[in-house]
Amino acid sequence: MSEVTLVDAVNMALAAEMAADPSVVVLGEDVGVNGGVFRATAGLQQRFGPQRVLDTPLSETLIAGMSIGLAAEGLKPVAEIQFMGFVYSTMDQMINHAARLRNRTRGRLSCPMVLRAPFGGGIHAPEHHSESTEALFAHIPGLRVVIPSSPGRAYGLLLAAIRDPDPVIFLEPKRVYRLVKQEVADNGEALPLDVCFLLREGTDVTLVSWGAMIHEIMTAADQLAASGISAEVIDVATIKPLDMNTILDSVAKTGRCVIVHEAARTCGVGAEIAAQLAERGLMSLFAPVERVTGYDAIIPLFNLEKEYMPSVGRIVAAVKRTLEG
Amino acid sequence: MAEFLYLLRPHLTLSRWRGRKSTALGGGQWRQTSWVRKYRWRMANGRAALLTAKARKECLLPTGLSENSQNRSDPVFCMMRGTTTVTKESEKRVRKQKKGAAVPPQQSHSSVHFDIHDHRILDADGCLVGRLPECAKQPDQLIALYRIMVKTRLFDEKAIALQRRGQLGTYASSLGQEAIGAAIGTVMADDDVLFPAYREYAAQFLRGVTMADILLYWGGNEQGMNFKGQRHDFPICVPIAGQAPHAVGTAYAMKLCDEKRVAVCVIGDGGTSKGDFCEAINAAGTWALPIVFIVNNNGWAISMPRKRQTGAETLAQKAIAAGFPGEQVDGNDVIALTDRIDQALHKARMGIGPTLIEALTYRLCDHTTADDASRYRSGQEVKEQWHYEPIKRLRTYLNEIDCWSESDEQELLASCHDEVEQAVSCYLNTPPQPPESMFDYLYQSLPAALEEQRASVVQWSKGNE
Ligand SMILES: Cc1ncc(C[n+]2csc(CCOP(=O)(O)OP(=O)(O)O)c2C)c(N)n1
Ligand SMILES: [Mg+2]
Repeated sequence: MSEVTLVDAVNMALAAEMAADPSVVVLGEDVGVNGGVFRATAGLQQRFGPQRVLDTPLSETLIAGMSIGLAAEGLKPVAEIQFMGFVYSTMDQMINHAARLRNRTRGRLSCPMVLRAPFGGGIHAPEHHSESTEALFAHIPGLRVVIPSSPGRAYGLLLAAIRDPDPVIFLEPKRVYRLVKQEVADNGEALPLDVCFLLREGTDVTLVSWGAMIHEIMTAADQLAASGISAEVIDVATIKPLDMNTILDSVAKTGRCVIVHEAARTCGVGAEIAAQLAERGLMSLFAPVERVTGYDAIIPLFNLEKEYMPSVGRIVAAVKRTLEG
Repeated sequence: MAEFLYLLRPHLTLSRWRGRKSTALGGGQWRQTSWVRKYRWRMANGRAALLTAKARKECLLPTGLSENSQNRSDPVFCMMRGTTTVTKESEKRVRKQKKGAAVPPQQSHSSVHFDIHDHRILDADGCLVGRLPECAKQPDQLIALYRIMVKTRLFDEKAIALQRRGQLGTYASSLGQEAIGAAIGTVMADDDVLFPAYREYAAQFLRGVTMADILLYWGGNEQGMNFKGQRHDFPICVPIAGQAPHAVGTAYAMKLCDEKRVAVCVIGDGGTSKGDFCEAINAAGTWALPIVFIVNNNGWAISMPRKRQTGAETLAQKAIAAGFPGEQVDGNDVIALTDRIDQALHKARMGIGPTLIEALTYRLCDHTTADDASRYRSGQEVKEQWHYEPIKRLRTYLNEIDCWSESDEQELLASCHDEVEQAVSCYLNTPPQPPESMFDYLYQSLPAALEEQRASVVQWSKGNE
């Protein structure tokens, strides 16, 4: 077992699954010779050849659309979009075609593809390189949306995503790509796709998040612990379909919930979680559900991106508000 | 002369041509098509192309420059140039498939022939291989082109240095590609509209964007897109090819309002693979819009070499399919570029329609400061390409004609240096915008529903609750 970063873990999972399953193909811009702009596909083309690790022309519509055709032929395409800011031209393909192929053909054709993209802010990237728009995809019936927050979960969830028989949007928090190292066993073991991960047990409040914000809520939980507040921490990880049971069970215990996400507030995934808490967990709540999110503003260029993203301070303050009531 | 007039005033001279040729044609065969197609189109019944090779050449090549006078030993050209003649075999195929079935005339089984011409006036060694065009005839004009290229290069070096010192974010350099922006900025009219990608600094500077603007943009401050000295050009476009349909819309508006203005869209070789671009050129051709597409073919799209980007031999020929002329120009020859873009702008302004200019150049820099090109291309290739870069050849020529001395050079370097340093200090001394400014330009006025969020930004940026 070796210590790897999140981006290394993505690479490990891709290599493991390509070795285990000859139907897995990787495609995207600069994924082959260059090994991906973040190095997530480094070495794959040398190892598996240019037929299976395909540098495509510069066209996201093509990348998504041809993945559907590949998938319908029984291959397992894992497509990379360089940044989430450039997935929007895949959306026609993903929404009108990938998400619906099984349904339209009453199961005759299906679309076992993965669309990977790095997302989120915090790395001083240029314009259009920092957005978190997972909710756009989470809104679409027929798609899965998966977001790992650690090297181990990146490895296991990506394996699961590739093996899944349906289209999966796999979003990688690029701020975490090289932020932490963790021992990950390259054992080919997938993690389950529709359960949340309980990262820390607690009794006073449930902190719910995903992606890079997991690191903020863990820090917040530490600070809260120092002042005697015990926070339970949940990494949602599988945004769609959403495992509400784990969250409801936790809130039944703590009676308070703070949802944190980097994405803009309105119609963010936090709104769905809060709505379900209102529907199914209202009686266990001691205080209104709090959300700490990105603002309903275009994420600023990097001078101000820190002001945009939820900070530990804002999270702690929200927790304290739930305890005041 | 007749052909020249025809170029400028198609309707006028066309009717003359029509009068002359109508008997040979059997009358009534002219269609409302763009001018190049008229030359090239072969009718279904096998009538030969209408106009002579001579006429064709004079329309496609700069005046006085014959095809033979172009030096074709240059590797940039050998690598990427194409003089292509494609014969569409659809006629035969349609016949075979339909076996005598009537084909409606609008789906005529015609064959299309086209040539992609390439243009160069100043070769890599600084030798004139063509005649100087009007727009770059006077020494002053040439010196102005030289100055802006040098200034852009110094700016570029400084920007990279700032990035390396942590004082600038990721930066996309225009090293080796300065001639394209210089030519565009020189010949565009003030009220034309530029739709840049992100390596057209020279054009932007000539059009009133400041160096400090560009630094602010890559330095993470939106104010860098609020050009104080240029109010109607579009900002840098990072999502590849997104600007192409915008240019179509603006060109359509210009046409609608019967204005003699032109939209100029710059895009990379990689960008031509995006649907946005293909859709934009298609529409531009459909409506014969006043638009000029300039493809900066610098040989690479990050790690993707041009020849793996598309099976087409040239990018210029994509225009043919869209219904308007495309041509290749030595993108390191600022004189040829200036001339060809000038002519394309003129055509667009006269209502003749779009042109696509594929400028053949080379990305001497990494893709951006976040890239390491040594992972995917050889240092040898880059070294060889330095021979063809645009600045040295013009300096050689200017020296040759005694218009540029060593002291001129030193003076220019010193003044550019000062200008760049001033821009850098302006940039570094520009305070960040207040955090709540993230709400200030979302809508014309802030919706009440967002006031609370704006207040939260103010509160948290002050570090209190
Ligand atoms: C839609 C979109 N996809 C991907 C990217 C990432 N990206 C930035 S530049 C680039 C290559 C562009 O190549 P080219 O069009 O040749 O322009 P050049 O950088 O060579 O000037 C890519 C893939 C992007 N910015 N936008
Ligand atoms: Mg390029």
